[in-house]
Amino acid sequence: MGRIQLKSVTKSFGDVEVIPPLDLTIEDGEFTVFVGPSGCGKSTLLRLIAGLEDMTSGSIDIDGADATDVPPAKRGLAMVFQSYALYPHMTVRKNIAFPLRMAKQDQAEIDKRVEGAASVLNLTDYLDRRPGQLSGGQRQRVAIGRAIVREPAAFLFDEPLSNLDAALRVGMRLEISELHERLATTMIYVTHDQVEAMTMADKIVVLQAGVIEQVGSPLELYRTPRNLFVAGFIGSPKMNFIEGPEAEKLGAQTIGIRPEHIAVSESEGDWSGVVSVSEHLGSDTFFHVHETGLAETITVRADGEVSFRHGDRIYLTPRSDVIHRFDAKGLRFE
Amino acid sequence: MATQHSRSVARLMMAPAVVLLLGWMLVPLTMTLYFSFKKYLPLRGGDLGWVGFDNYVRFVSSSSFWPAVQATLVIVGGVLVITVILGILLAMLLDQPMWGQGVVRILVIAPFFVMPTVSALVWKNMFMDPVNGLLAHLWRFFGAEPISWLSEASMTSIVMIVSWQWLPFATLILLTAIQSLDSEQLEASEMDGAPVLKRFYHIILPHLGRAITIVILIQTIFLLSIFAEIFVTTGGAFGTRTLTYMIFQRVLESQNVGLGSAGGVYAIILANIVAIFLMRIVGKNLDA
Repeated sequence: MGRIQLKSVTKSFGDVEVIPPLDLTIEDGEFTVFVGPSGCGKSTLLRLIAGLEDMTSGSIDIDGADATDVPPAKRGLAMVFQSYALYPHMTVRKNIAFPLRMAKQDQAEIDKRVEGAASVLNLTDYLDRRPGQLSGGQRQRVAIGRAIVREPAAFLFDEPLSNLDAALRVGMRLEISELHERLATTMIYVTHDQVEAMTMADKIVVLQAGVIEQVGSPLELYRTPRNLFVAGFIGSPKMNFIEGPEAEKLGAQTIGIRPEHIAVSESEGDWSGVVSVSEHLGSDTFFHVHETGLAETITVRADGEVSFRHGDRIYLTPRSDVIHRFDAKGLRFE
Repeated sequence: MATQHSRSVARLMMAPAVVLLLGWMLVPLTMTLYFSFKKYLPLRGGDLGWVGFDNYVRFVSSSSFWPAVQATLVIVGGVLVITVILGILLAMLLDQPMWGQGVVRILVIAPFFVMPTVSALVWKNMFMDPVNGLLAHLWRFFGAEPISWLSEASMTSIVMIVSWQWLPFATLILLTAIQSLDSEQLEASEMDGAPVLKRFYHIILPHLGRAITIVILIQTIFLLSIFAEIFVTTGGAFGTRTLTYMIFQRVLESQNVGLGSAGGVYAIILANIVAIFLMRIVGKNLDA
């Protein structure tokens, strides 16, 4: 129903190639997240799939049919924009009904579907308001409502949560995940936030400068990042990278160890250093450790009860089974 | 205390401007009202005393009063329709990315900088002259008989001239409004399956609503008092005598200051009716 296949797709703006030849298959019903730093081409890729940008070369298949030259409206995809792109002069009801009216559905059917979408999204009380009278989260839900009434083959989300505050973002993240469970429709979601990617995705596509660095499930990317970029991008706080003699001991150019895989002690350990900043989150404590002789800063995650202070000397012991080794090209090897 | 002081100082310092503005408005208004109740013929005996509402009655009962009101409304309405419709089309055209955008935009605004008298004379002599005008040449090129625009199609001609002058203004305001439209809204409606014309009708036009009301409001105020364009072209003949022009004729051509002043008061009332009417529409539109 919603299998999307990109075949050697490229995109150039003038002389600048933003997306070098790229192949990707998104399976039916999958929640795929495109993640990467800003300017990595993830939004452009989404807009290519939507048909809002023309491909320079290559082709797109949707449900096995070539959709390369099909206009956006005919691709059977629905998009939720970063700015929500609600129509400000229409009520919520009319906003949600707009795609149905354009498709010339009869009024009874439109009413039924709008009511249905509104009750799914808790918007029933707001149907006669205008977007200007709604909060950010409500607007977001209207935008999603406008997408689901079309019953599309796939949903495209372009950084939909970036305009919401932190608490709402967590709530909406859950709602979108639940929506995906219920509808079981293909969803493609663009974000620069790796936490959103990790929590929501069935499949994550990590992009850098238009190139796919790695494709895999959240835990695959966490456990076996293909290269330094993915290793540094997935996981929070960032993985520690160590070069020099310590890496050579393990036969690697660079080794990587995640903050949560380092044990902390005040008396003994493999490495030692001085605490510069400690961040207490309650459940966890992050220590930024200097003067280890390994890297400028080593970040360590410890239990919330552990309390060292600025200037304390502490000892660190990495778990040897989860040290990642990278060669001179930055690729991970076992 | 400090605020008290600064407030009174502020009042003192604003006073000159306020007094000047008040004088600017009040003196002519009072004089108009004063003369409208007098029989005042500067070349035929001067001030001949108070006459009550005589001037008002005479002005309205003149056979040329209602045709003048009609001419005024036709010109205002015609120009508004043409400038708003063409203005929207031009604004959408200029919004497209193109080479030399800056220069083209300045060229489009140019007619607004030409003085009304000059532009009307240019139109009259270079375009609409039935013998040497460009339009006459065009007509002859296609084998048609040239039209003597200002006498045969006098109203159309004046509406054309005035529209040409005001089109840049409408275009400019509508262009800035179009530029403020969020492009994601257009993309969203495109994905929602709205073809070009429906996108225009459902997204662009409602977005322009406010700008259109403002264009209509401002233009109406100025168009009610157009004068130069009529003065240098038809001189009020061939059914182009507007209310403004009629007042001018009463005062200067018939040398009847009292009668003209009464006409002036009618014009003030008419302008205010239109203004209140428009403010209501604008107010409604701005609230929404």
